[in-house]
Amino acid sequence: MDRSQLDSLAEAVLAGQQRPVARALSMVEDGHPDSHELLHRLYDPGRASTTVGVTGPPGAGKSTLANRLIDSWRRDGRRVGVVCVDPSSPFSGGALLGDRLRMQTHATDPEVFIRSMGSRGHLGGLAGASRDAGEVLAAAGYDPVLLETVGVGQGEVEVAAIADVTLLVLVPGLGDDVQTMKAGIMEIGDIIVLNKADRPGIDQLETTVRTSFEMMGEGAQPPPVVRCSARTGEGIGELAGLVSEAASGAGPRPERALRRARLMLDRILEEKGLEIAEQLLAHQYGGREEALRLVMEGAETPYGIGRSLRAAAMEMLE
Amino acid sequence: MERKIRVLVAKPGLDGHDRGAKYIARALRDAGMEVIYTGIRQTPDAIASAAIQEDVDFVGLSLLSGAHNHLFPEVARLLREKGGEDIVLFGGGVIPEEDIPGLEEAGFRAIFTPGTPASEVIEFVEKEFSE
Repeated sequence: MDRSQLDSLAEAVLAGQQRPVARALSMVEDGHPDSHELLHRLYDPGRASTTVGVTGPPGAGKSTLANRLIDSWRRDGRRVGVVCVDPSSPFSGGALLGDRLRMQTHATDPEVFIRSMGSRGHLGGLAGASRDAGEVLAAAGYDPVLLETVGVGQGEVEVAAIADVTLLVLVPGLGDDVQTMKAGIMEIGDIIVLNKADRPGIDQLETTVRTSFEMMGEGAQPPPVVRCSARTGEGIGELAGLVSEAASGAGPRPERALRRARLMLDRILEEKGLEIAEQLLAHQYGGREEALRLVMEGAETPYGIGRSLRAAAMEMLE
Repeated sequence: MERKIRVLVAKPGLDGHDRGAKYIARALRDAGMEVIYTGIRQTPDAIASAAIQEDVDFVGLSLLSGAHNHLFPEVARLLREKGGEDIVLFGGGVIPEEDIPGLEEAGFRAIFTPGTPASEVIEFVEKEFSE
């Protein structure tokens, strides 16, 4: 893509045009060589759309709940972006993306943009490109942007680092699983949603959850716990209120914008650092395989390689 | 850069029998594609809008009720209207032989009738994608 094509694509995305937004999302998702050039053009330091993460075990009703939240935000006249992730097969690489199915009532509303993604081997509950996809939607004027994770187990806590507000959705019937989930996932919810509250076992679930927070230590403020039924709509109003509250509690706009910039820079440093290191490795050793051969021959160690790459970089900087 | 084949599978109209659609969705998934399944009783507009937002390469429609001569071309028309003229359309279900030429004229690249093995659909998608 040449400069003028990128410029006009960026312009169309900023204007919120559907097809260009969709194309931009694909570029980001596919790791298109120009995707960073595009994101560079879309970046605005003052922008601070609220990112709402929705996570929880498979079948907890995350998508249906998300659908209810979209209803509520639409009634307030807000334009809503959604990125929903389902797992990709580690064998075929294929994926059945079924979250949209629960949100199809909004399909014909251009003020709601829903994008389904396969996790494509990325661990952590999201797709590798979820954050950048959220950026594209925010640039297109969607606020809030909702990020729905794959059905999670215990350790998929990545969403909490990206979202301003994270909803942890739990349901009755998981019993002791709640206990086993406690260590990782139970710590990331800014709001705990007890979904399917019309089902038996909801009282027990609430007790278990509240007890687990009491045990989490002195001084720590337990997150609000709200009962919902995404099926009947019960509790959704209360939940939407709690989300707004938590979003404003996530700090004033400049603070959130700074936090977002920091997260993005961290990731860029990681990515670029690796890229530069690979180039240095190619330059100093003739690539990975060559370096590995030296290690196996006993002529070098991985640590020694690290030291000499760093020394080479320092020399170039001087 | 990884480029996955993305397919939207949907059922327009009022019949609620979606075994065929789910069977194809699953088969395409196992062939390594990303399949967005939007479920039963979808309006042509909802299907076309979803296809645009999801930036799919293919839209596969399944219909058993007999309304295909109306609903299939309507999806094709709306897709073109929304700028999705490059999205490849295919259909399946209980569709009489004599209706197929008309649907092809409306923009459908293939119509699969009952008894078609999934491998044939996969082959069609992969071939169209590489072209």
